[in-house]
Amino acid sequence: MHGKTVAGSVCLKPGTKMADTSETLKNVVLNDKHVAAGGRMVPFGGYSLPVQYEGIVAEHKWTREHAGLFDVSHMGPSFLELNEKTGDEDADHAAIAALVEPIVCGDIARLKPGQIRYTLLLNQDGGILDDLMIARSPRFAGTLYIVVNAATKEADFAMISGAAGDKAKFTRADDGALLALQGPEAVDVMATIIPEAADLGFMHYGSWEWNGTRLMIARSGYTGEDGFEILVPSAFAGTLWDKLVGDERVRPAGLGARDSLRLEAGLPLYGHDLDETVSPVEADLGFALSKRRREAADFPGASRILAERDNGPSRARVGLFVEGAPAREGAEIADTEGNIIGTVTSGGFSPSLGKAIALAFVPPEFSAPGTKLLAIVRGRSQPAEVTPTPFVPHRYFRKPA
Amino acid sequence: MTIRYTEDHEYVRQDGTTGTVGISDYAQSQLGDIVFVELPNVGASFSKGDEIAVVESVKAASEIYAPVSGTISAVNDALSGSPDLVNSDPMGEGWLIKMSIDDAGELDGLMDEAAYTDHIA
Repeated sequence: MHGKTVAGSVCLKPGTKMADTSETLKNVVLNDKHVAAGGRMVPFGGYSLPVQYEGIVAEHKWTREHAGLFDVSHMGPSFLELNEKTGDEDADHAAIAALVEPIVCGDIARLKPGQIRYTLLLNQDGGILDDLMIARSPRFAGTLYIVVNAATKEADFAMISGAAGDKAKFTRADDGALLALQGPEAVDVMATIIPEAADLGFMHYGSWEWNGTRLMIARSGYTGEDGFEILVPSAFAGTLWDKLVGDERVRPAGLGARDSLRLEAGLPLYGHDLDETVSPVEADLGFALSKRRREAADFPGASRILAERDNGPSRARVGLFVEGAPAREGAEIADTEGNIIGTVTSGGFSPSLGKAIALAFVPPEFSAPGTKLLAIVRGRSQPAEVTPTPFVPHRYFRKPA
Repeated sequence: MTIRYTEDHEYVRQDGTTGTVGISDYAQSQLGDIVFVELPNVGASFSKGDEIAVVESVKAASEIYAPVSGTISAVNDALSGSPDLVNSDPMGEGWLIKMSIDDAGELDGLMDEAAYTDHIA
């Protein structure tokens, strides 16, 4: 029996692959907590991380119904702070935004204090180098909080600090722990630790004193549920972990559930659904192209991206329901006559829906919801149908106006 | 009846000339929640080591190999509706296929319970 996996691996032969690679893997600050909680540690993004504790389906469902706690310390939190501040908060923000806007497509200048924006690092051809979060500090003028993906961390950090040049100080903050508390009960749990954080709007963050340290808490996540992502210094990470999992509404959840939750939420995963050849328009991330930036056409690859926006891209990311076996990354997609027209970039089993779902790229003429297609799994054609994403509705917190 | 195991964690329970094949309890625990099982057609013949089935967990598709050579005499139809039987009762109701064994001598090359226990230790 041999396993193939998308992210993380199932190793059935003791003493083979995993032992060979583990020496070069970095441990996260909370490694001992994961092992003690029964976490099955696997290599991911250069780190040893828990793919599951009690089981992916149980952790997935618990997160949808209560609150799951994920260690995402492999990701890349960082800060960019203007060197020469004027003392005028808005002028300082405009100055720091002007440093990073040339490498992303988002409107960073118009962020309000504490506001977070999902944006994309682009190359000159309009391909996506990474998807990331950029936020305006609610406390410090001319300061951005930036969180990038693990696998692209070093390149992203080099690109951001390069864009800043000698005008801003770049500081990586990936030596602590980054925890994601996700699920409908996350807000009630958060309120027991930092009551003020429970009042954060979706895609906003703040920082608060806790237990002799300072927590940075963002109302954001990667599951489609309400929730928080918390940056905590390493010396305090264990205490925070214990406090959170000590709440009966919270259970630890691994990378496996993180992947199945984000897939149900229709959220792309960099390195799988997104890469340096894929444009924001192809990836159905048009919302990340801010209006001001489109009108100015002042982001990398603007000519291609704006042309695709006007005339349509040559391929489009779609959601698929697949009958039968899951169609996983790399599976080919055919039209109903059997002509190969596309490829699955993420696929698996949806624990919430009890059936196979996938993200795939197909020509735009096959991207309308309801379009019948075929997914080729182990040489067999299985019926598939284009469906709108998210597969499972998002339940983000919307602050009453 | 004897049970033999492969290094790849399939088991075969011999009952006369019939072998019932599945995956070990260790294997199901390593794979996690089984969500789909693909089984061969009754009547198909396989040589030892051929791929006979695929067991899919949430994250992974794992190929199952014939522990011995033979012809498929039955498949576990219950798994199409309840693939989780492989998790809850891998050695019992979660069996995958039954095959008529071509050469019982091939069983001698597989591990017995004690050897397998050492193998996964």
